[in-house]
Amino acid sequence: MIKVVKRTQMSAGKRALLQLLSIVLALVLTGLLLLLLKYNSIAVYREMFYGALGSLYRVQQTINKMIPLLIMGLGLSVCFRSQFMNIGSEGQFYMGAIGATFAIRLIGDRLGALTLPTMMLFSFILGGLWCLLPALLKRYYGVSETLVTLLLNYIAIRIVSYLQYSAWKDPEAYGFPKIANYPTAALLPKVFGVHIGWIIALILVAVIYFLLFKSKLGYEMAVMGDNLLTARYAGMNTSKILLASALIGGGLCGLSGMIQASGIERTMNDQMSSGMGFTAIIVAYMSRLNPLALVVGSFLFAVLLQGGEYIQSSLQISSDIAQILQGMILICVLSSEFFTEYKLSLRHKTGDGELAHE
Amino acid sequence: MHTSDTDYVRMLNISKRFGNVQANSAVNFSVRKGEIHALLGENGSGKSTLMNILDGIYAQDEGTIEIDGHEVKINSPADAIRLGIGMVHQHFKQVDVFTAAENIIGGLARPILLNQQKIYGKIQDLCERYGLQLDPKKRCYAMSVSEKQTVEIVKVLYRGAKLLILDEPTAVLTPQETDNLFSILRGMRDKGCSIIIITHKLDEVMAISDRVTILRKGHSICTVNTAETSPQQLTEMMVGAKVDLDIPYVMIPDEQKEITLEIKDLTVKGTGDKPKLNQINLDINSHEIFGIAGIAGSGQKELCEAIAGLQLAEGSILLNGQELLNQKPSQQMRKGVTLGFVPEDRLGMGLAGGLNIEDNAVLKSYWRQKGGIVNKKFSEHEANEIIDSYHVSTSGTKQVIRTLSGGNIQKVLLGREIMQKPSPSCLIVAYPVRGLDIAASRFVYEELNRQKEQGVAVLLIGEDLDVLIGLCDRIGVLHDGSLMGIVDAKKTTKEELGWMMLGQKMESINDKGS
Repeated sequence: MIKVVKRTQMSAGKRALLQLLSIVLALVLTGLLLLLLKYNSIAVYREMFYGALGSLYRVQQTINKMIPLLIMGLGLSVCFRSQFMNIGSEGQFYMGAIGATFAIRLIGDRLGALTLPTMMLFSFILGGLWCLLPALLKRYYGVSETLVTLLLNYIAIRIVSYLQYSAWKDPEAYGFPKIANYPTAALLPKVFGVHIGWIIALILVAVIYFLLFKSKLGYEMAVMGDNLLTARYAGMNTSKILLASALIGGGLCGLSGMIQASGIERTMNDQMSSGMGFTAIIVAYMSRLNPLALVVGSFLFAVLLQGGEYIQSSLQISSDIAQILQGMILICVLSSEFFTEYKLSLRHKTGDGELAHE
Repeated sequence: MHTSDTDYVRMLNISKRFGNVQANSAVNFSVRKGEIHALLGENGSGKSTLMNILDGIYAQDEGTIEIDGHEVKINSPADAIRLGIGMVHQHFKQVDVFTAAENIIGGLARPILLNQQKIYGKIQDLCERYGLQLDPKKRCYAMSVSEKQTVEIVKVLYRGAKLLILDEPTAVLTPQETDNLFSILRGMRDKGCSIIIITHKLDEVMAISDRVTILRKGHSICTVNTAETSPQQLTEMMVGAKVDLDIPYVMIPDEQKEITLEIKDLTVKGTGDKPKLNQINLDINSHEIFGIAGIAGSGQKELCEAIAGLQLAEGSILLNGQELLNQKPSQQMRKGVTLGFVPEDRLGMGLAGGLNIEDNAVLKSYWRQKGGIVNKKFSEHEANEIIDSYHVSTSGTKQVIRTLSGGNIQKVLLGREIMQKPSPSCLIVAYPVRGLDIAASRFVYEELNRQKEQGVAVLLIGEDLDVLIGLCDRIGVLHDGSLMGIVDAKKTTKEELGWMMLGQKMESINDKGS
């Protein structure tokens, strides 16, 4: 008979190994599924790898995908650190894009070099406000933020659709439902063949690292996230901390929407996130809300996304495979969390067990 | 006759390991028919583990269990009950909205339709036989703690237990309820039941048991006849060294004392009509330890939290003339209020269990630092000061609080609160020795006395009346949110406190005034 028993604390190294093993397990399980669909799973994985990293161009494509994942992952880490369960990154991303587009409609390119900073500011504010709403509902009415942030995603996407198909539709697009392309001043310049979103992302990694691990606000977020009562006991202004983390977290997701619109799409549309807001949640969790680990995590997932897109054209396999793999990785990694707290042991055998609670 | 012939249950060479902790190593333990056997040991000595093995909750790594000389395997509590073994846990597991009878039969294999009358009858029979008082139709939420305990005992008897294991049964009872429980247990013993009582209270061992087995650090030290031993001897076996059992009391002349904390008409509203605290009036002096006794949930938590600014209240709370009522902790701190507060559930409030010692050390002082940064060097320094002054055994300042032992967690919290700068003029400590071993408890008592000597007004919420009587100058008793009276700790008795805890107002209050 197998029994579940509590284990003593796990070392960081073992934990990393466990995560690695669970990714391998996800690859194996998805591989079995591929076999079932009569594909050579090794070949599929190899193609995915080449598709993501096989040439300079592909690496650039991969980095393009990594940027939004990383920035949204940073934003979500801020929220999750203070136990604000924001799963509305997708919606905040779109609201950010709306903010950027609105800024352009307002100022055009009259501000010259200030166009991009203005767009960033608008996107940050709109994304932040979109996240602040559920935080206020949580603070004043005890409404579950998980539910509200999730639902706000769909509202944001619909707003974008409305703008794209109706209010902000480009009259010169021959009836095609699209918003006019941004003026040149509103496009992010490229460095090493990739728009400068990657530089912004790396700066943000440093900023958020500082915020979370050095600043008073980050300290307060950590205490509040660990124990709300203790935060109150220590005289912390828990409302302020909650609202600040929602504003910063949502703002970063919004900024990411602006970067995607300006750096990749050159306009805004209701397809532009391709679900990356949700993927970013996985990335943030797998990276344990650590900005440095997020760099690695977002890169790995970008490889997965890019590789998935590539096999679609090269092997005529649906890129859904990559999504299945993503889901599988999430399930395996989250399930493996169980083993950081518990382990299985056979009954009536010498082994470890749970600690007696007296 | 050979002793082992009369043994009913025997546990031989039982070993059990949890991770790095050897909870039981080659423990030998036996119970006879018709005896009350005390299992004595400090927290963490392996008492509960051993009994959980006997009850089938854990499986031993090594060793055998025999009943009436036959080896048995106990894989689950269901196995245990089939063998006539039943355990009453420290924390009752009951469905609050169910009646006593429903709780008693819950979990039993039974026909689809219940014959209520038959069940009531059987419960009534059991109660009459063992002198227990229980209304099978009463719902659990309407019961006192001792009634709930009776439900648990009947539950086990109903299932046919002949060996009853009680885990710290008196922890939640008043002295009167304890006496009542003991007389019931004696009655059960005389009818042939065997009873194991897990405890760390010596006076109870002496009062109730026929034999006592001492465990220390997972080893069975010895089994002795209670009549042939003394509390002093038992303690030495339990701790493994000579210990001073007396609780140290520090005498401070009354002239030195002056009112530090003044509480007037303090009322905390409850959810219904009944207030959680009702018109409390008390003064606490400098150089004084003021104890609060009362059954758990009588308003102790509300009292502490109202003072600390965590609970809205009415009335007045003056600390050195400064009004604390409804002042948030942040407002208190910024006004320079010098208050230390050690809440009852250390990991529930007071510490962030998932963070390390450094982060917890600066919890109340980080905001004083200039700029927006938490200075890690300063945190480390503060953590080291606490670790050094309070002898916290830890792998370093980066150790996560939750992974420390209970005693060390308490030391970190107590250390931080006492070593605040400016140092506190009033210290509120709720159940500070809960879960601590004798040495650690003694350390806490001595620290409280040191604070008292330095002029701090200490408000001590306690549960062990012996400790309160020994350590405090005065004791106030709370019952159901009301203060039943304030007595001189040196002139009162446990019985007097017990009656007050049960709700009797003492008209002859021995308040010596100040």
